[in-house]
Parts: sequence; structure tokens; C-alpha cells
Amino acid sequence: MKPAPFDYYAPASVDEALDILSEKGYDIKVLAGGQSLVPSMNFRLAQPPALLDLNNIPDLAYIKPAPDGGVVIGAMTRDSDVEHNPMVAERFPVILQAMPFIAHPQIRNRGTFGGAIAHADPAGHLPAVTLALNARYHIRSKNGDRWVGCDEFFLGPFTTAMEPDELLVEVEIPALPARTGTSYHQMARQAGAQALVGVAAVVTLDPGERVAAARIALLSVGETPVLAGRAAASLAGKLLTPETIEAAAEAAATVDTDPGGDIHCSPEYRRHLIRVLVAKSLEEAGERARGKRG
Amino acid sequence: MAGKYLGQRLKRNEDPRLLTGQALFVDDVQLPGMLHAAFLRSDYAHAWIKSIDPSAARQHPGVVAVYTAADLGKIWKPGPLNVPPPSGIPGVVFNQRTQVPMAKDKVRHQGEAVAVVIAESRYIAEDAAAEIVVDYEPLEAVIDLEKALGEGSPLLYEDLGTNLASFVHQENGSYAEAAARADLIVKTHIVMERGTAAALENRGYVASWDNKSQSLTMWATTQGPIALRNGLATILGLSEHQIRVIAPFVGGGFGPKILLYQPEEIVVSWASLQLGRPVKWIEDRQENFGDTSQERRQIHEAEMALTRDGKILGVKDVFIHDTGAYNSYALTIPLNTQTHTTGPYKVANYLTEYRVVFTNRILVTPLRGAGRTYGTFVMERLMDKAAKRLGMDRTEIRRMNMIQPDEFPYKTGIVGQDFAKNVLDSGNYPAALDKAKEMIGYEAFLKEEQPRLRAEGKHVGLGISFFTEGSGVGPYEGARITVEASGKVNLSTGVGTQGQGHFTSFAQVAAEQLGVDPKNIFVTTGDTEAFHWGAGTFASRGATVAGSAVNAAALLVRQKILKMASKILEAPEEELELADGMVRVADIPSRCISLAELAVKANPSRGAVEPGTEPGLEATAYFGPPYGATAYGCCAMIVEVDPDTFNARIQRLVMAHDCGTVLNPMILEGQIHGGVGLGLGNSFFEKLEMDDNGQLQNASFMDYLIPRASDLPPIEIAHLHTPSPLNPLGIKGVGEAGAIPIPPAFVQAVEDALPEYNLEISEAPLSPNRLFQIVQAAKQA
Ligand SMILES: Cc1cc2nc3c(=O)[nH]c(=O)nc-3n(C[C@H](O)[C@H](O)[C@H](O)COP(=O)(O)OP(=O)(O)OC[C@H]3O[C@@H](n4cnc5c(N)ncnc54)[C@H](O)[C@@H]3O)c2cc1C
Repeated sequence: MKPAPFDYYAPASVDEALDILSEKGYDIKVLAGGQSLVPSMNFRLAQPPALLDLNNIPDLAYIKPAPDGGVVIGAMTRDSDVEHNPMVAERFPVILQAMPFIAHPQIRNRGTFGGAIAHADPAGHLPAVTLALNARYHIRSKNGDRWVGCDEFFLGPFTTAMEPDELLVEVEIPALPARTGTSYHQMARQAGAQALVGVAAVVTLDPGERVAAARIALLSVGETPVLAGRAAASLAGKLLTPETIEAAAEAAATVDTDPGGDIHCSPEYRRHLIRVLVAKSLEEAGERARGKRG
Repeated sequence: MAGKYLGQRLKRNEDPRLLTGQALFVDDVQLPGMLHAAFLRSDYAHAWIKSIDPSAARQHPGVVAVYTAADLGKIWKPGPLNVPPPSGIPGVVFNQRTQVPMAKDKVRHQGEAVAVVIAESRYIAEDAAAEIVVDYEPLEAVIDLEKALGEGSPLLYEDLGTNLASFVHQENGSYAEAAARADLIVKTHIVMERGTAAALENRGYVASWDNKSQSLTMWATTQGPIALRNGLATILGLSEHQIRVIAPFVGGGFGPKILLYQPEEIVVSWASLQLGRPVKWIEDRQENFGDTSQERRQIHEAEMALTRDGKILGVKDVFIHDTGAYNSYALTIPLNTQTHTTGPYKVANYLTEYRVVFTNRILVTPLRGAGRTYGTFVMERLMDKAAKRLGMDRTEIRRMNMIQPDEFPYKTGIVGQDFAKNVLDSGNYPAALDKAKEMIGYEAFLKEEQPRLRAEGKHVGLGISFFTEGSGVGPYEGARITVEASGKVNLSTGVGTQGQGHFTSFAQVAAEQLGVDPKNIFVTTGDTEAFHWGAGTFASRGATVAGSAVNAAALLVRQKILKMASKILEAPEEELELADGMVRVADIPSRCISLAELAVKANPSRGAVEPGTEPGLEATAYFGPPYGATAYGCCAMIVEVDPDTFNARIQRLVMAHDCGTVLNPMILEGQIHGGVGLGLGNSFFEKLEMDDNGQLQNASFMDYLIPRASDLPPIEIAHLHTPSPLNPLGIKGVGEAGAIPIPPAFVQAVEDALPEYNLEISEAPLSPNRLFQIVQAAKQA
């Protein structure tokens, strides 16, 4: 369980980092919190010839308000800093609800918000949560910068729209409209274990309490975090009732996803979990949108 | 029989060192010139080795040597058996195939070592190991226990012509006759898994051969340091006198570290001899999943014959046991299953029979619970089934079949792991059952609380299960106690220690006899230089057997002290008392002498001692019990099942437990807590998922789940005290207690929490996924 030999670069600025990235491309891996990369190097599953350590670049860690009422989170912001940030708590409680499910406090003290998204683990919590929140990701390379929306970012397991010379620098989460409720539910076999299924739901109601918009993102159900588009569409313009919720949950479990199995979870059980967790999340998000519950 | 020190809830002497990082573990050993070993291990479960080319690795900068089986010369041979097959059972089949230091022509499990690299650092060693080229011819893997015994299965050992490792049949009375007159026969098919020991510290060895003194020092994470020294001497062609094995602090044993002649023990020590430099190997967690022994599957076909009022007439249990690729530890586990299945119950007619199967998996050796866990699960499931069929209360059917307090010693007629016909020495089983029922609030829960919770839509159930734990088997252990001129007391014993609190509990035993504060008693365990004879820590025998030896040695020293002090203080021995490190005349405390002064007088620097006098206040004593003492207990728990996710959580767990005389209640409770943790793993978390090709699917803690602190329920423990008649202190073992009754109590509680499905769970562990599947099947039925 020792990594294969590698070269090590620890630039002090983003520009310096981008220079190195453009030079090395495929032959270098970015090291953020190291909570996913280092274990896979120790297992020798990943054998990058070189590492680009971002931990010496202080200006990649921040949480800033966005002008419209959203937030911008620097890629190297530690999970625990996001978890304990009052502005995030107030504007996006769903992030806080998901945070405790990411491993354990020690790991959240090291793991980074940007690292989790760049890692694009289909079982990761933050890719799905930011997908439900309709985030966009700010990506830079030596040749310029671009923003990629969450709907286009996740291409496959551990695969994103980023090129090898690109760096994720920040994540922008847009403000939620009024009368919006959010909810997060997951099933894991024990505290800190990988989620068998997780659901982040964001529901906006119109003044007549009908669904004006809904985003339901699922994790551990496919090759990427999955947006349950049909489930959300089935709710459009409808009141949230046990029947409409059940129909949406059914769509999430049968139309939006075709989950596979693993040693912890058969496909049937996973479908079952999608049904119950989507229903629970919608019900809770709806109540919160109506202002009945925090 | 609590005394001034014995039986007291003392904090552990060793904890300040452990908690502040001052305790030496094997990986802390750093020696000048030390080299590091990395093993190249097979990815295949079953393959011919056509060739191994280590030339590139040998050229790798920093590599000192690369060895394969071919380089080991006459050291390469299948290791000796750790334990022989049982004598005294007619018709036993035992096909001996023991572990080899490194695979030669064939690999028989994933993770088996095929080569070792010795280098200046572990990093270099691992890099070079990746450069060794092995040409394998893969073979079909033997994984499924039933198929392994079928026609046309591939064979692990072609020369054997079968994958059958063993067959054992034992019967007491006649089951057929019992079944013929039974009113009811209940049958069950049980599949039970266990898992990996998951000790916090993996295995590790540092071997250092010193040419000038011609001696080998070996630091080893072993539960049997003396046995390891003796075995290594034979294997390496040295005298026992030339080898010192030190088992320093060891971060958990749980069984696999009692296995001797493990490949790495042999290769690392041999390499140090070859190179004349110290060699270190520390197992990493990934290796541990493939190279450290485990306990795994047993498949049982069991039935019970009863009268219509619930009296057991007979039990029949036929099972298959997986031994993996080797059977170095012979039959300890399935023998334990045979002797523990009937547990606390009177079963006049008992037929028990098993086949042991070779499979392409790492070998199976005892793991905390060691076979008892399966037997208890089978029997308790049969009891539950019979209770349901007869419409009886599950605790009533248990009580009416229990051995009564006046029926001890009770002979079961079945030969166990110590090759003696099993005898249950003492106990009060109904009292433990009553105590557990009282603690969990059995009647009130079932009559009031459960219906109330159900009305609230909560699925909460109660499980209750009884067990016995044969413990403290022979052959013997020894101890030497010396009162020093400093007034301190030195205590050495040959058993190893892996966190059980021996530094405290043994000190308490000696302190009681010598009137010395246990803090002033320095205990050395697991150093062959400090004590020369012993077997090891296994079978919950440390306290019982070594503790009894400590008591015997302390008594001898006490007698020496009294004899000397009686002369000096001019008072008869009966009038003397030992307290606070002094001997004094009971009624005249001012007439006294300290043990330190006595120790000086017992070892005079000049003058003459009486002929025939031994110097010093020192004694060595040994203890071997006639047979093992049987502890027991009753566990009850309340389990809540989430009907949406099928996750289950134990809300409360109680244990009424009797292991005779308690040396230190706090240490005892710690043992039970740890055991419960493992039992919970065996109930709901731990399963080594192997695919048909013999590839382990969950060889890390990311996928192999062990219970964590947050998974453990509050545990309430009550101690009952029935002293064992088999040793002077009346001690019984407790090391495995917690692990045994949890799975049957857990599945019973799950059934009880989901009465609408009328579940009949016949497997462990469950998982939320399995429980979902079981409920789906029940819905369809
Ligand atoms: C025991 C354990 C349990 C865990 N359990 C969970 C869990 O339950 N749920 C969960 O969601 N996560 C879990 N994690 C993962 C944890 O959240 C990780 O911290 C996270 O997935 C990766 O973040 P990191 O900062 O550690 O990234 P790293 O490990 O440093 O990097 C991960 C990958 O992203 C790339 N990368 C990182 N930052 C950037 C960047 N700015 N630009 C471009 N590429 C980048 C790296 O090159 C690498 O490929 C667990 C981790 C551990 C160790």
C-alpha cells in the first residue's frame, strides 16, 4: 500500500499551477484534499507520474456571496468550512444536510468542495447536491477560462468535461427563488459509509401551492449523478399530494434511472430505495416550500 | 470472591502508556541497517505457476535480494500442523495440507505469496515487486462448498483426488430413535458467515540475526510467542536457545495471530539469517484481506425432535465447513461447533456430523467465537422454530430444556477441541435467563410497549438468546514471580497479550496474595527471554489458565515470605498478615518488615545460607486444568427496523453473564463490549464477498463493513458468579462471550419487529439488502 514513485509540484499561485498543467497535461494529477486520490495511489490503482499540489495556493479557498443571492465557493475550500458557514446554512440548507454524510469530520477537514466535484464519483454527495442546485463550475486553463453548467459537467464515472490542462477554480450556486424548499435523504449501511442511494430535491411552489419548478438529483444510481427529469416534469403545475409524489417517485425509479447492483445493493433494492427516498425528499421539500418546516 | 485487589474495578496499568503512544508495537522497532520486505502475491485464486522471472526486480536500485520458493532450499516445505486432528473419535478422516512459505508450482488462493523482495525501504520493495514477472496458467477456482464436493469439481490437490479435507461423525444416544417417538420435528437449513478479524494492528515481524552472538531476535504480532520460537528453531535449524521471540504490545489478536508458521514468519526470519541484517515486514490492510486467516461459511442441515409439550428428545446437525486452501489448524472450529450446538440444553440424543472442504481461499482458523457462534445460531434458531410451532413462549421452551444447577458436572458425550469428552462444569442457567429477561423488561415490552410502538407505526422487536462458551482449555501455562530488593514485584508469564488487560488482571491476582499494590507489580508477557514455557492466548484461556498459574506462583512466594518473616518477627505464620508491601504481626502492626528488606535477606551478599535454600523471594508455578471451564450467558436486545430502508438498529442490549470469579469487572465488561461488536458484525455487517473466480470483492474497509462506535448500542451487563470448580480461583473465560449470542438474538428480534411477514430467517449476516429480499420473498409466498 505504498504509491508508485511520482514527481511533485507545489505552486504558490493559480497562474503557476496553470503553467505546469499546460506543460504536463496527461502526465500530472491535481492534488486537492487527497481523500480520494491518495487512497487510490496507495492501492496503485492510480499511478500518476506527477502531482500538482494545490494546498499552497491560499486564494483558492473562500466562500463569497454572489450578487444575486447565491454563493461562490472556491475549489480548495474544505468541506468542513462549507459545513460550518452561516451564509451557506441560510441560503442552501440542503448542502448542510448532505455534509454529515460525507465520511467523517477528519476527512471533511481535508477533503475539498472542488475536489469532490472534480472527482465526479457517481456515489459522491456534492456532485448530486450541486446538480440539484443547478450550479455552474468555473474552469481555468493557461489559455483562458470558461463556465460549465452542472447539466453538462458530469460525463461518466470519475469523468468530467474538464480537459487535462484545466483546473476547477470555483463553484457558483445560484440563488433559490422564493417559496423553494429543499431536502436531502440517503441510505447508507452505517455512518460514513458510501450511500446506496442519495436524493437531493429542490422544489419551488407557485402561490397556489402548485409545483412551479423541481430539480431532483440522485447519487449512486448510475454512471454519473442523475437528474430525475421525468419525475420532476410529472410534478409540473401539480399540487404535491401522496399520489403525485408517488407517481414522481415511480418515474424516478423506473424511467429516469436503470440502476445496477453491487455487493451491498441489488438492482431491485436500489429501485426500492429510489422510490422511498425520492418520495420522502419531495414531501419534505414541499413542506419546507410551504414554510411549514424549517 | 472480591478481595482487596482481586475483583476490583481497577483502571488498567498499561493504559497510560498505550494512550500516550509510549507502548512498543512491532512497527515501532527500528534497528540500524534494517531492511524491508514486500511480498508479491497471487492475483489468481487457483493457477499453475509456469515460471517466475525476478531478474528485473533484482536489478532495481536499493533491492538487496529477491527470493522465490526455489531459493528457499530445504526450508521450503509444508509447515507443521498447529493442532493435530482429534484422537478419541472413531472414523475421523483428516487429509493434512498445511501452509507453505511461498507457493511453488501452484497458487491456491488470491493473496498467496509467490516471491519476496528485500530492499532498503518498503517503497523500493513494492516498486520492485511490481517488476517480477510471473507466468500463470489459471485454473477454475473452487469456491462453492457444495460444488467442491461434487463430481467433476476442479481439485486443489490432485494427489488427494478430492476436495474433502475432513469428515467427523459423533453421536450421543440415538437421534433416529428419538425422532421415531417425537411429536414434532422441526428442520432448518442454515447458512452462516463470519469474516476477517480486522484487528486494528495487522500482522508484522521484525527479525534480526546477530552473527556475533549467533542469535535471532524476532518481534512478532503473535498470540503464541513461545510456540513460535520453538517452531522457528526447528524450521531454521537453530537451537531454541538461539531465538528470542518478543510479542510486544499487539493491537488485537482475535485468533488469526495464534496461527503459527505463517509464511511471512518463516521467510522474514530466514531472510535475516541469509543477509545478516534485520528485516521488517508489516502487513498492510490490503494484504491482510488475502493473507491472514479468516473464519467463513458453514452450511447446516439441522433438525430437532420434541415432545408436544416442548421437551427436546434429540438434535441432528449435519454441516459443511470451509477450511480454505490449507488445514494447518486442523479441526478446532468445527469441533467447537459440535460441542457448543446443544449449548445449555439437555439433549439426550445428539447426532453431529461434518465435512470440511478445501476451497481456493485463504485458510480458516479460529476467530473469536471460533465455531461456537455457528452452533449457537443453529440451536437457537431451532428453539425459536419449535416455540412457534408449539405456540410456546420462546423463553419457556428454553428454560424447560436447560441443564439445572444441581446437574453439574454435565457430560454431553461429544469430543471437543481439547480432545476430551465435553463436560459442562458448573452454572445456573435459568438464573441467567431470568436476569436477562428482567433487564430487558421482557413481559412489559411484549405486552405493553411493543403494541404501543406498533400503533405508532414503529417496527420494534425483541430478541433473546442463550449461549455457552467453553473456555480455559489446557495444556498449561506458567508464571514466575520475584519480589525484588527494590520492593517491586516482577511477574512473567509465557502467554502473549493483545489488549486483554493482562498487565492489570495478572497483577491483581498476585497483589491479592502478596499484599502489594498492583501498580508495583511489573508484568511481562510474550517475551521468551522472560519466561520459557507456555502455549499462548487462545480459547479464552489467558485469565483462567495463566491467571491460575500466577495465583499458584504468588502463593508459593507468599509461603516463602511467611516462613522467613515468621523467624525474623518471631511470630507464628498464622499471626502474620501481608499488606501495603509489608509483613506484620496482625495484632501488633509495629512489629513488621517490608518485603524489600525480606528480599535483601533472602539474597544475602555474604555469609552462609542454609543448605538447600533457594535464593530470593521467587517462585515458578504451572497450572493445567483437567478440562475447560464453561462460561455462559443470556443476551437480549431491542431492535428497530426501518420499514422503508430495511436498516436495523439495536436500541438496547443486555447481557447476563457468568464467568465465575471476576478478576476485574471493568476489563470483563470491555471484553464483552468488544465481543458484542464482533457479534454485531456477524449479524448485520461483515461478509467477505467472493466471486466465482475467487476474487474478493471487498478487500478494504470501504466495502467490508465492520461495526463502528456509532453502530454499537448501549450495553448493560449483569455478572452472575458461579465459581468454576476446575481452578482454585474459580475463573472461567470471557474473551469470546460477546461474539456468540448476538446473531441469533438479532435475527429473532428482526422477525419479531416484522410479524406481518412471518419471517423465518436462517442466515447471518443479514444486510438491509438481504432483509429487503427476504421480505419480498415472504410477501410473494
Ligand atoms: C474514508 C472515506 C470515506 C469517504 N466517504 C465519502 C462519502 O460517503 N461521500 C462522498 O461524497 N465522499 C466521500 N469521500 C470522499 C471525500 O469526499 C473526498 O474528499 C472527495 O471526494 C475528493 O475531494 P479531495 O479534495 O479529497 O480531492 P482529491 O482526492 O485530492 O482529488 C480527487 C480527484 O479530483 C481531482 N481534482 C481535485 N481538485 C481539483 C481541481 N480543483 N481541479 C481539477 N481537478 C481536481 C484530482 O486530480 C483527483 O483526480 C470519502 C473519503 C474517504 C477517505
